[in-house]
Amino acid sequence: MSVDKETVARIAHLARIKMPEEALEPVTGSLNNILEWVEQLSEVNTDDVEPMTSVVHARLSQRQDGVNDGDMRDSVLKNAPNAEHGFFAVPKVIE
Amino acid sequence: MSNLIAGATGDWEIVIGLEVHAQVTSEAKLFSGAATEFGAEPNTQVSLVDAAMPGMLPVINKECVKQAIRTGLALGAEINCYSVFDRKNYFYADLPQGYQISQFKQPIVGEGTITLDFKDGSTKEVGIERLHLEQDAGKSMHDQHPSMTYVDLNRSGVALMEIVSKPDMRSAEEAGAYLRKLRTILRYIGSCDGNMEQGSMRADVNVSVRRPGDEFGTRCEMKNINSIRFAQQAIEYEARRQIDIIEEGGTIDQETRLFDSAQGVTRTMRSKEEAHDYRYFPDPDLLPLEFEQTWVDELAGELPELPDAKKNRLMDELGLPSYDAGILVSEPEISVFFEEVAAGRDAKMAANWVITNLFSALNAQGKGITESPVSAAQLGQLLDLISDDTISGRIAKDVFEVMIETGDDPEKIVEEKGLKQITDTGAIEAMVDQIIADNPDQVAQYAGGENPKVIGWFVGQVMKASQGKANPGRVNQLLKQKLG
Repeated sequence: MSVDKETVARIAHLARIKMPEEALEPVTGSLNNILEWVEQLSEVNTDDVEPMTSVVHARLSQRQDGVNDGDMRDSVLKNAPNAEHGFFAVPKVIE
Repeated sequence: MSNLIAGATGDWEIVIGLEVHAQVTSEAKLFSGAATEFGAEPNTQVSLVDAAMPGMLPVINKECVKQAIRTGLALGAEINCYSVFDRKNYFYADLPQGYQISQFKQPIVGEGTITLDFKDGSTKEVGIERLHLEQDAGKSMHDQHPSMTYVDLNRSGVALMEIVSKPDMRSAEEAGAYLRKLRTILRYIGSCDGNMEQGSMRADVNVSVRRPGDEFGTRCEMKNINSIRFAQQAIEYEARRQIDIIEEGGTIDQETRLFDSAQGVTRTMRSKEEAHDYRYFPDPDLLPLEFEQTWVDELAGELPELPDAKKNRLMDELGLPSYDAGILVSEPEISVFFEEVAAGRDAKMAANWVITNLFSALNAQGKGITESPVSAAQLGQLLDLISDDTISGRIAKDVFEVMIETGDDPEKIVEEKGLKQITDTGAIEAMVDQIIADNPDQVAQYAGGENPKVIGWFVGQVMKASQGKANPGRVNQLLKQKLG
């Protein structure tokens, strides 16, 4: 598996990462190196092997339904570049 | 019943599939301990998890898992004891994580069925494709400031069940019946309050058209419709729009469209660039969700009687017609009310009073069953007064009107207004004799056999003389005796 320059540009756009034209070529090369390295895994026969989801045998833990968090508007808004009347205020996003 | 609609070049069939987002009834959110209550001040029900602060980890709420399983069971669906949470990636101002935690390839609930009921008593099965758990996004408000959008994250992270139907519906009416039935089921088991005005239940409507028997056409999706009526309007409009385009030689673009409820039209949304590339992948913050079949069996055993079962019981055991039974099970509160009225009484009479008298009185006042000024116990007492001949059915209607006005007990009203039925044969007889004596012409008509219907006139006269309080059965009996 490998990616081309166009794919890299599209992924960068989807991830909202600004990538100048001249950076695309080297990044494509780096990504393909990584992909090629990971590709070695396909040499291993994994038929009938369950996907491993955790290094320890653990189950997803579940919590009881109860309110024990929230009510911290000032903290939540603290890092917001702009907040008004208790809302996050962002540039208008309606189409 | 034909659902085909006529175009300029022949008949067309509408194909509809629905994706319903139903908010799980829970105190706290799906992956955080912040509250879910509706109507709080902005951003006061947000934890650092919901605000997607770095390093925060989601921990699943067991109650939400339980409600998803119960809902799956109520839809007769397969429950997957192993399911996986995935990240659905996209950027929007009200989605602080930059992804929604959802379930993609391995949902918690698989295929099931919903039975739709129609007014003529007919039914139709609609397939459920799947049900999965996911997070809600925050709320954006675009109309509060000239150049800003305000974002409230109170909804961010609230648990939703996305319930996806198969493309089995063929008309706006069927889609409406599906939404109503699904809402009824959710409300019976209490997994969602079904409140569409508050956004607890929203529908994405997929519509395409085709020639009968052809392959499916290209579909368009109208998102986030928050009323059954709007969903039906959107379907009607959208189907006509697509037919017109195809008949004029055009083709349908697969797209998301906006339903403008003010104008009753759908229009194209400038499509979010590459919005369809969500790059789902398993959420590394969450292990797969696993539980035992024994828990599922336990929950199945605890499910309340579901609307279809209850409807069948009302029909089989109480002998109610399908339509009446359907109305009485349509809301859990209505069925509870009816069963209290009907307990130990004539079920058909109880059904009539609830459907005809009570509902029209409530409609006139714009009230729901839970706000009824007449309690089930009081309506039951009224029926008892009719059954034991204390009052006639006609007087009962007057008493009922007073009950609706005042909320008083029927006995009290009957006592105070002196409405007790006259069952004393002597008193009725005196009135009958008087009427016969005063109207020799009518007596002659009856005796001569020229107008046997005149007996009804006599009954009317006696009832009038008694101010409606004479027992009509006795009056009839006495008149027949005396007139020969």
